[in-house]
Amino acid sequence: MTLDYQAATEKYEPTLGLEVHVELNTNSKMFCSCATEFGAEPNTQTCPVCLGLPGALPVVNGKAIESTILIGLALNCSIAPYSRFARKNYFYPDMPKNFQTSQYDEPICVDGYLDVEITTEEGTKVFRVEIERVHMEEDTGKSLHVGGSTGRIHGAEYSLLDYNRAGIPLVEIVTKIIPGTGKYAPQVARAYVTQLRDILRSLGVSDVKMEQGSLRCDANVSLAPIGSGKLGTRSETKNVNSLRSVERALTGEIERQANRLEAGERIIQETRHFLEESGLTRPGRSKEQAEDYRYFPEPDLVPVTPDAKWIEELRAKLPENPADRRKRLQAEWGVPDSEMGSLVNAELVDVVEETIKLGAEPTRARTWWLGEISRVANEREVAPTSLISTRSVAEIISLITSGELTDKLARQVVEGVINGEGSPKDVIEKRGLKVVSDGSALMAAIEAAISAQPDTAERVRGGNIPAAGALIGAVMKATGGAADAAKVRELLLKHLGQG
Amino acid sequence: MAAISRDDVAHLAKLARIEMLPEELDHLATELGQILGAVARVQEVATSNIAPTSHPLSMSNVFRDDVVKPSLTNEEALSGAPAKVDDRFKVPQILGEE
Ligand SMILES: [Zn+2]
Repeated sequence: MTLDYQAATEKYEPTLGLEVHVELNTNSKMFCSCATEFGAEPNTQTCPVCLGLPGALPVVNGKAIESTILIGLALNCSIAPYSRFARKNYFYPDMPKNFQTSQYDEPICVDGYLDVEITTEEGTKVFRVEIERVHMEEDTGKSLHVGGSTGRIHGAEYSLLDYNRAGIPLVEIVTKIIPGTGKYAPQVARAYVTQLRDILRSLGVSDVKMEQGSLRCDANVSLAPIGSGKLGTRSETKNVNSLRSVERALTGEIERQANRLEAGERIIQETRHFLEESGLTRPGRSKEQAEDYRYFPEPDLVPVTPDAKWIEELRAKLPENPADRRKRLQAEWGVPDSEMGSLVNAELVDVVEETIKLGAEPTRARTWWLGEISRVANEREVAPTSLISTRSVAEIISLITSGELTDKLARQVVEGVINGEGSPKDVIEKRGLKVVSDGSALMAAIEAAISAQPDTAERVRGGNIPAAGALIGAVMKATGGAADAAKVRELLLKHLGQG
Repeated sequence: MAAISRDDVAHLAKLARIEMLPEELDHLATELGQILGAVARVQEVATSNIAPTSHPLSMSNVFRDDVVKPSLTNEEALSGAPAKVDDRFKVPQILGEE
């Protein structure tokens, strides 16, 4: 009999551990001046340092240190007054030096935490995820495995290496073990990575694109019988390339481990690979033990000793925590959780805030970004912000608020701006999109509507004011939505003796 | 005298991907032991009031500005490679079939 996820977590208690790797968005690499741009031709962003040629000497990128300290501060870490780089030795073609310059026993940031909020059927729950360390290292090259039956590394005839990525600054953020999440473990892990991504984005230190690999998560999990007070053997799942995958991978891994334990088998400490299609994991190469890396202090680099003044300067630069900011904006705008959730999921919070700052009326700012603009963006599979600027949206909304545009006309202006017809003003000019509030122009349309619906007009004359709606609708239709509806109503009622 | 066993040498050779003959293992176990012994003599002079260091100069915080400088061309980068394909370094099979 196999246990499903619910049964598994009723019997076993999961303990999590998460390692997140973040590629920093510096212009140059960690220890040399090669460019870091994504997508360049293979091996065009390398030099003697990042190719590991004999005699080449590394020099630390100061911006990368600054970014790492910012990350540490944002995660409530202590910044070590003294930290060093170390060589992590292993022979693998993706590391041309045959060691990775990393940090070992003296990382730059230690002992932080992140409070992670999840929504459950029992309400909102907060879990404190403790951060063990945040340290600096460098990324590896990219390998392409050629031949063999599976197209994977196992059985490949040979591999091809591109070292453009080798030496790009990488920050590793490691949690302490996270106990007590119970059945919510996968959800907590996902929320942690999401909040971490939002923080990194707000700091402006990384592109944080999981699909491009600038943010990667390795998820450790072990199971022990509930109440046993023990820790089980853990597995580590790699290749988790989206937030959704973090949750799926852990759910699948908890189920797999529970069923092994049920069958009386033991869990092997190993690295497993997440398979996106099936949501399952398969075993990967067995991990070399820590002592096999023969870490030793990097003799070519001097220690990093940030003084208190520098740290405080950086602390003063920290932006508001994204979760706090979201709560504050939600209160300011007075929107329900569901709408705030839509804005967050669509990554439109910043955009809406900026549009409001530029003078747009808050409700309209949210409606236009979430509605019409998102609709077109989804159709074209691009980001809403790539279609139209916050300035243009704010301008259009101001024209609606002042009565110079109707919603219908505004939609045409938005369409024109998106199609590259120029600024909102240009589109209004070229397309002649002015609200018609000129009495004589409107009267012609009103008289036409009355002669087309004489019975309705008669009812209005007789005092049935709501019946006027049909006539107003006809006028709006005849003017292509360009008429000022309030003005039409006023003129119509007056004309029918009800003004 | 620091001791290094034949097994230690075999383990290190495996990690460094160096193939060694049995007699080479015996020879290196003796020789590396002697080298370690010689280096260990430093411990006799080290005193408790001198902090350990990993760098000959007592300096810290040597940073460069985050400015891109020209890299090698693809041809230059690959010029020392024993084998190349499609602008990439070609390396032998990394792992055998599962
Ligand atoms: Zn380089």
